Amino acid sequence: MLSLLTLADFIFYSFALIVILSACVVVFSKNILYSAFALLFTFFGVAGLYVLLSADFLAITQLLIYVGGILVLILFGVMLTNNVISVDIKSDAIQTLPASIIVAILAGTLCGLMYSTDWLPAKINISNNISTASEIGKAFITTWLLPFEIASVVLLVALIGAVMIARKK
Amino acid sequence: MTLNVSLEHYLILSAILFSLGLYGVITRRNAIMVLMGIELILNAANINFVAFSKYTAGNIDGQMASIFVIILAACEAAIALAIVLNIYKQFNTVNVDEIASLKD
Repeated sequence: MLSLLTLADFIFYSFALIVILSACVVVFSKNILYSAFALLFTFFGVAGLYVLLSADFLAITQLLIYVGGILVLILFGVMLTNNVISVDIKSDAIQTLPASIIVAILAGTLCGLMYSTDWLPAKINISNNISTASEIGKAFITTWLLPFEIASVVLLVALIGAVMIARKK
Repeated sequence: MTLNVSLEHYLILSAILFSLGLYGVITRRNAIMVLMGIELILNAANINFVAFSKYTAGNIDGQMASIFVIILAACEAAIALAIVLNIYKQFNTVNVDEIASLKD
């Protein structure tokens, strides 16, 4: 069985390992800063999976917005809401036993469902050679024009709202 | 299921990632840790979207959906951080179990 593995399989398993391990660090680490930096590796691993799924534009978007934007925001949040000098930047967990039972049941159910369902195979395969950026651009100004415009309004509202909420009175 | 990568591998990976994110949301007391758990959940959903887009639909609609998820995640992170900063100013803590009052 192992001899049938291709290079793509090995890349998938290494990225999957990165994603799962760093997500475990995010969730189980006691130090918030360690969690925030482990989140960086989770986002990188997910971006690698996107490349493997021939979604190159999405991988770049993931790197730009998640790593460049959201992660920096979260780090700012950690720095601003913890008194770095006196209080330790630790965060303890509560209700771990019921949470682990619920999450274990949910994960088992999800994995079983994903495994046992017969998914329809693709009728048309996306070509692995061309970049998806031009197709996504065309889709944005044709089929997805209304969601695109709504997303721009949502971004503007979120920008103004965040400034309004966070500014000093 | 063989060891060769197929749709199920991506789906099971995202199920595990989703469960880890949910565990973080349920158990952590710090509001920013809850936010990180939400980001993990959104990433798990995105992996599903893109995997279905490649293996089942065969078009880029799934990628479009996950681009919108990323856009909304950015909005959510900005607004949530603003709210968390306000909560910190008001209560001097960001532990979600200590923030139990709506008014002073």
